[in-house]
Amino acid sequence: MTTKPIAANQPYRMPPPLFDARCRMCWFVLALLSLVVASFVTLELQWAAFFSLEAINNMGRFLGEFFPPDLSTNFLIKLLYASGETLAMSALGTLLAAVAGLALALPASRLHAADAARLRSPTRLLLNALRSIPELVWAALLLISAGLGPFAGTLALACHTSGVLGRLYAEAIENAAPGPAFALRTQGVVGARVFLYATLPQVLPQIVSYTLYRWENNIRAAAVLGVVGAGGLGQLLMYHMSLFHMGKTASVLGAMVLLVVLVDALSYGLRRIMTR
Amino acid sequence: MTTATLQIRDPAWPWRLTWIGASLFLLWPLLVTTEFRPWLLFEAQSREPTWRFLAAMLPPTTNADFLWLVLREAWRTVAIATAGIALALLLAVPATLVSVRVLSISALSGRMAPVSFALRQLVRWTLILLRSVPELIWALVFVRVVGLGPTAGVLAIALTYGGMLGKVYGEILESGDAAVTQSLLRNGCSRLQAFSYGLLPQNAAELISYTVYRWECAIRSSVVLGFVGAGGLGQQLDGSMKMFAGGEVSTILLVFVALVGIADFVSSWLRRQLG
Repeated sequence: MTTKPIAANQPYRMPPPLFDARCRMCWFVLALLSLVVASFVTLELQWAAFFSLEAINNMGRFLGEFFPPDLSTNFLIKLLYASGETLAMSALGTLLAAVAGLALALPASRLHAADAARLRSPTRLLLNALRSIPELVWAALLLISAGLGPFAGTLALACHTSGVLGRLYAEAIENAAPGPAFALRTQGVVGARVFLYATLPQVLPQIVSYTLYRWENNIRAAAVLGVVGAGGLGQLLMYHMSLFHMGKTASVLGAMVLLVVLVDALSYGLRRIMTR
Repeated sequence: MTTATLQIRDPAWPWRLTWIGASLFLLWPLLVTTEFRPWLLFEAQSREPTWRFLAAMLPPTTNADFLWLVLREAWRTVAIATAGIALALLLAVPATLVSVRVLSISALSGRMAPVSFALRQLVRWTLILLRSVPELIWALVFVRVVGLGPTAGVLAIALTYGGMLGKVYGEILESGDAAVTQSLLRNGCSRLQAFSYGLLPQNAAELISYTVYRWECAIRSSVVLGFVGAGGLGQQLDGSMKMFAGGEVSTILLVFVALVGIADFVSSWLRRQLG
């Protein structure tokens, strides 16, 4: 019985079939496609209305009304003030969130292996709940007790951001090298001092960078919070848009985009300088 | 006794005091501008409606009709996000292919030709501009044009996320090793071939995981879009809130938190699978 000669080069094989019941990726792609198709089918989108001549005319008229934007000095001063309000809301909201986030991150993290950390799960649940409700929804809820104006917006930013920051801080604290804290604890130091002198100095750079990053996000968020009446540029936008002052609306939109672009450029530039 | 007290005294106290003073000085204008008056929260005038609203939130509304409505709206929220991301990809992928610097043939031999340089910069700035307008603003504009409903939400997500995805795809593709792609191009591959055999296999996992992450973000933001009338859970929430129907609000919030939790879980699972 002769053995089959082995080919010097492997003979060409057919490519694998496109669908194979054992291939997880195939199922994944299939599920994805059906999700997309189902979304488009069930949404009753009005493309016809959107691309009809009437809608295009509507759009054209709408955009045409934006010109000329209102650039009178009085209004520009108003815009400047509203931008300042937006910045102040974001800064104060982030600051409050950093304090609250740190206060929640401590019970939410297991500080050392022997730490029972009974509050860990409930605090994490709270952080997740705070985090998963967007700023705008918080603002709409807080309007009931804080009333219209920037105060509600600030509190809304603080609520959402403290959830985000608390979780990030907790992860940073848990990932910090345990050595220094252990050394202090073996010397008999207990409680807050271990955290202040061993853990906090290690995680401080991370905490600062997370906070600055969230501040940048919050400036963007604060600009639109006013849409539900929570102060800043958004409130000005809603006010003039609902009164059909299109020129003024256009300048508010311009100010918003300018603010966002400036913040982006500034953070990009700073990041480049700092990482060089 | 005296030596002990001397040792305990903080040597850096003047600096600490200066810093605390300076930060309070900086904090003051912030507090004034944002009308930060926490005591207002505890005045009878605002305490009473708050209390009434909170009391109405318990128990959450659970009759079958309302639950069915909320579930349908939750699906619509997911559908708006998914359709929006699908359209955003239609915008982002071609824009990325046009704007990626690594795929430039003229750049292989020194500097990029001025026309293609200008084209790439134009596409890039368009993407940045699309991204800088928050999706809520797009939605406001589109609601004016096409009327209330999910179309405005889908379009708003498509435009903002198209810009975002296009910009980040470009950054991901350019951050990798360009040698493979460039040698393919040097040997006469077309740009599309160089992309699908050089750039894409290197970066596919990162691209997909970023897209999944953005899908998760889109679910979150499609709720917000409902507040300006673009359909989904947000619109329902806005309606219930305006009627001070606390029970409905708490049901919707619970469903929403669950939805975000599920999306978070699915997205992190997928990204772990991709490695």
